[in-house]
Amino acid sequence: MEKNTVSMRGKNILGLEDFSPEEIRLVLETAKEMKNIIHRDIKKVPTLRGKSIVTLFYEPSTRTRTSFELAAKYLGADVVNITSGTSSIVKGESLRDTLYTVEAMGVDAIVMRHKAEGAAEYASKVVSPVILNAGDGAHAHPSQGLLNLFTIQEHKGRLAGLKVAILGDVLHSRVARSDIYGMRKMGMEVHIAGPRTLLPRFLYEEPGIVVHERIEDAIKDADVIEVLRIQLERMKGGLFPTTREYARIFGLSPRRLQLAKDDVLILHPGPMNKGWEIGPAVAYGDNSAIQEEVQNGVAVRMALYTLVLTGGKQA
Amino acid sequence: MTKMILKGGRVIDPASKFDGVADVLIEDGKIAAVGQGLKAADAEVYDASGKVVAPGLVDLHVHLREPGQEAKEDFESGTKAAVAGGFTTIATMPNTKPVVDTAALVRSLEKRAEDVARCHVKIIGAVTKGQQGKELAELGDMIEAGAVAFSDDGHFDPSAKVLLNAYDYLHAFDKVIVNHEEETSLVEEGVMNEGHRSAMLGMKGRPTVAEDIAVARDVLLAEYAGARVHVAHMSSARAVDIVREAKKRGVRVTAECTPQHLTLTDECVTLTDTSTKINPPLRSQADCDALLAGLKDGTIDAIVTDHSPHAEEEKDQEYMYAPSGFPGLETSLGIMLTDLCHTGKLDLPTIISKMTYEPAKCFGLSCGTLAKGAAADIVVIDPEKEWTVDAKKFYTRGTHSPFVGRKLKGKAVLTIVDGDVAMRDGIVE
Repeated sequence: MEKNTVSMRGKNILGLEDFSPEEIRLVLETAKEMKNIIHRDIKKVPTLRGKSIVTLFYEPSTRTRTSFELAAKYLGADVVNITSGTSSIVKGESLRDTLYTVEAMGVDAIVMRHKAEGAAEYASKVVSPVILNAGDGAHAHPSQGLLNLFTIQEHKGRLAGLKVAILGDVLHSRVARSDIYGMRKMGMEVHIAGPRTLLPRFLYEEPGIVVHERIEDAIKDADVIEVLRIQLERMKGGLFPTTREYARIFGLSPRRLQLAKDDVLILHPGPMNKGWEIGPAVAYGDNSAIQEEVQNGVAVRMALYTLVLTGGKQA
Repeated sequence: MTKMILKGGRVIDPASKFDGVADVLIEDGKIAAVGQGLKAADAEVYDASGKVVAPGLVDLHVHLREPGQEAKEDFESGTKAAVAGGFTTIATMPNTKPVVDTAALVRSLEKRAEDVARCHVKIIGAVTKGQQGKELAELGDMIEAGAVAFSDDGHFDPSAKVLLNAYDYLHAFDKVIVNHEEETSLVEEGVMNEGHRSAMLGMKGRPTVAEDIAVARDVLLAEYAGARVHVAHMSSARAVDIVREAKKRGVRVTAECTPQHLTLTDECVTLTDTSTKINPPLRSQADCDALLAGLKDGTIDAIVTDHSPHAEEEKDQEYMYAPSGFPGLETSLGIMLTDLCHTGKLDLPTIISKMTYEPAKCFGLSCGTLAKGAAADIVVIDPEKEWTVDAKKFYTRGTHSPFVGRKLKGKAVLTIVDGDVAMRDGIVE
């Protein structure tokens, strides 16, 4: 294995636009070691013993919050979860004051999810614990972007040169933006497709990506397909006629899947709207790595904690 | 009352098209004379050599936040900021709490201005009750109380019919309506310009077309009604085209733009710098260029600040929750001189004209001139003075500005209101 010279100690994990390819490689390598820990009978190592981590979630989440929590616990850290419904946030406390309160208790890292783009970056400017962005509005979800790369690398043995198709609701997707930055930095060929109402209007100006309006054009000969969740809860309506029509024209069906390479890998950040953006036969089919992604998510988050709180093996 | 001679400055008076070295004599609060070798026995002599002497700056678009939002600004702090920036007449917008939509409120603000203001304050009334866009406010009563123009600024009037009624009703009074031009359904959740930058930040956009169709509608309605309309803070290239064409057809339209829309683009928007959040938003370089062309060819009449201060804790929030706007009275002239005059993009007499005489004309105000007998509202500008924008030195209560930290060249050094010194060397008296 090549020797890494980069250190990520103290780095705030805000978005993959802030990552160098070397840093991404370091996370993926470290995550591989972490995955072994998850497979042990006794899943506990002392790497983060004596460290305390707070997860601060202003938006509902099952898999991401649990994943960050378990990752911290497997590494021996103490974890406290704060959610907006059960804290002083409902009393109108400002984000700055909530962050000050958490910081004053001496935590080492804050994992944060918020509906406002830039909330994690704001936190990184206000308080000193390391900030790990678990999703800020439609801006970024860096750990999801990294676990996608990890999953692809595990299956394909490489990243550079692979063709990936990202399908669906890009407009509301923080995952898509982290994918675009991460995948391009690793030399992947990025194609985006979905109804035009779900694509940011000037996305095509971003260098190094190809935007299509019909998903067939993106899927053709793809090595990887990531299907995004239609985020109906963030829509005011009118972006497409019906979910039925969406499924028929823009859904990933077994028939459309045939356009891709035979060994195409299917990803979805979850939770899925089965029967809308993705057919059940595809979601649970042989090419799907959707369940695996969940486990890889824990490994990648363990890697991030280790690297930003201890510096990894160099420490 | 002070008797004063401003000696040997470059006098620029756009109203008379005078531009040359001269003295200005101030007596009894009025301009007594402009000419060579003026003398007066008991007058204070101010050496203006190397400096520019111009009519006090006029700003048609200011939010003084009274009544009800004094944590953001009030008449005293806002007018101190105005004279610090070289302004002697400012017009304040009615989107306050409550909205200024009755004669009683206009009168109460006139009284406040009399008591605490450091410069002339003109009151803009709301077009519709509560700025709700539904029923006309008591426009005639407000005019009798002193309102100089009307605006539902901050909001786009959703009903074309209501706006047409306002145009028609105001026709007899010859007052202008100032329109905030962004079609609501296209900007509802938007926080920045819709473009490549918003696409990659994941932030919701406010497209230029929202402004373009609003300007088109409101200008066409004014043309139909034969009414006067003033287009507020233009930011889009296409909107400039629409106003240009309308002016050619003889439509009674005037327009304004801000230093920020002339000099900044959405590239300076970041995830956390809420000072860059304004409505309409910072656009593209092509839009900046079109605004400059519009100023040059007369499509755009006025440079305004859209001075929109907010309390520190309001701007210190997540970008999407922070209110829009930032204070501009103390940076406007410096930005115009640094980024447009010293760069050769726009000559000094044009800048002065667009900040004095022409805006005054848009609202039919008598200020913005150095004519003999006019009120002695004067600014002396040191066009070479170098300074750094420091929010701690602001007189305004608003501290968030994208210009904070900028090194600028050119500043007002003396502001005279009705013959009295209101600001000298940056210090408000």
